[in-house]
Amino acid sequence: MITLKSLRKQYGSTVVLDGIDLAIEQGEIVVVIGPSGTGKSTLLRCINFLEQPTSGHITVGDLSVDVTRATKKEILALRRRTAFVFQNYALFANKTALENIAERWQVVDGWPKEKAHQKAMDILERIGLKDQANAYPASMSGGQQQRVGIGRAMATGADVILFDEPTSSLDPEWVDEVLGLMKQLAAERQTMLVVTHEMTFARDVADRVIFIDGGRIVEQGPPNEIFQNPQDPRTRDFLQKILATNPTGV
Amino acid sequence: MATLNVDYMLGLVPVLLKYLPLTLEMAAAGMALALILACMFAVIRVLKIPVLNQFTIIFISFFRGTPLLVQLFLFYYGLPQLFSALTAINGITATIMGLTLHFSAYMAESIRAAIVGVDRSQTEAALSIGMTNSQLMRRIVLPQATRVALPTLMNYFIDMIKATSLAFTLGVTELMGATQKEAAGSFLYFEAFVVAAVMYWIVVELLSWLQRHLESRLNRAYNR
Repeated sequence: MITLKSLRKQYGSTVVLDGIDLAIEQGEIVVVIGPSGTGKSTLLRCINFLEQPTSGHITVGDLSVDVTRATKKEILALRRRTAFVFQNYALFANKTALENIAERWQVVDGWPKEKAHQKAMDILERIGLKDQANAYPASMSGGQQQRVGIGRAMATGADVILFDEPTSSLDPEWVDEVLGLMKQLAAERQTMLVVTHEMTFARDVADRVIFIDGGRIVEQGPPNEIFQNPQDPRTRDFLQKILATNPTGV
Repeated sequence: MATLNVDYMLGLVPVLLKYLPLTLEMAAAGMALALILACMFAVIRVLKIPVLNQFTIIFISFFRGTPLLVQLFLFYYGLPQLFSALTAINGITATIMGLTLHFSAYMAESIRAAIVGVDRSQTEAALSIGMTNSQLMRRIVLPQATRVALPTLMNYFIDMIKATSLAFTLGVTELMGATQKEAAGSFLYFEAFVVAAVMYWIVVELLSWLQRHLESRLNRAYNR
């Protein structure tokens, strides 16, 4: 479904991603954990070309791209097969909840407005926000905004949804409703690559947990292996720190 | 103290009203052209398009750095001297040209600031759902930038309406030129210019009303 080969990202002489190799199956839920500033978000942003990777190959479905030679057309095609959920929601402030979701169909796919809005209503129903259809982001709670953000990603029909710390800017009271929606998507076997500090979510929902440090994949495996029996000292160290600050985390 | 000749003033209203359309037409044409030019300059500056960016910086610097009256004289009296094809240029055209170039320089800067002010993450979100650069500009960035830029742009439009009065120095008989002629005939300068001033004032007030109306419409999405 998705394959990354030797994906590298450098800012000047600073190496952020130091050759990432990763294959994700259709319907797989992969959670990426690791210390701050180790390239987790950059990894997601590179897959979507929000950052230009320095070198490597990205394959999504039947589209394979050598990032050093990626044309504008290939980048656009790649973006249309992947969807992104942002830490700060990044909803279009001039559009209602309904329009935020319909925008992809109406603008990118060129559907008539009525059809796009009708389908967007279906998504609003699935994310439990039908009553907020005509609300603008400014009048919604953080949790509602992020659910619309996820709804907008669902509307792309992308092969994979990339979640970049989707609950990190939320007040604690809104975290559960967003995680709940993500669990619902996971149950529907939507392919997901999730960067998060929510260890409970990782343990309960992930098929595979990946620990990244220093721009490399240090360790990966099923959640119970990573959490119960981490092999690498860096993984142990990280999990200990996370558990110390958030004892209920796992 | 002499008394105010009210009858003269009332009689002058319909006379001067005939010249108001020309004033408004020059302002409207200048504003429309200046907006187009300013948007182009702003996009060039935001995207830092090589060569055009440098040209735009110099252009803006010149037209902000010199008086409008100097620019009008340059177009009307100066340019025909260099290019004989321009000898046919009339005062109205020269005024519209001057207003366009002068105000586009100012407006380009406020439009640029408004575009840059739109939250960068919304641009990324638009890219992430597969929009092209022009789609995201049209659907997401420009509508939000318009809201931010509107008050300043309306200010420039108001300024431009009043600046059309400089056209009378190029021999154009618009509201100001007509008032000058009437006053010179009657010697009732005070009365004549009070009538002209009130006419400008009313036009600007109508525009301010329109501005408030537009602003509250554009702010709908941002009210909690």
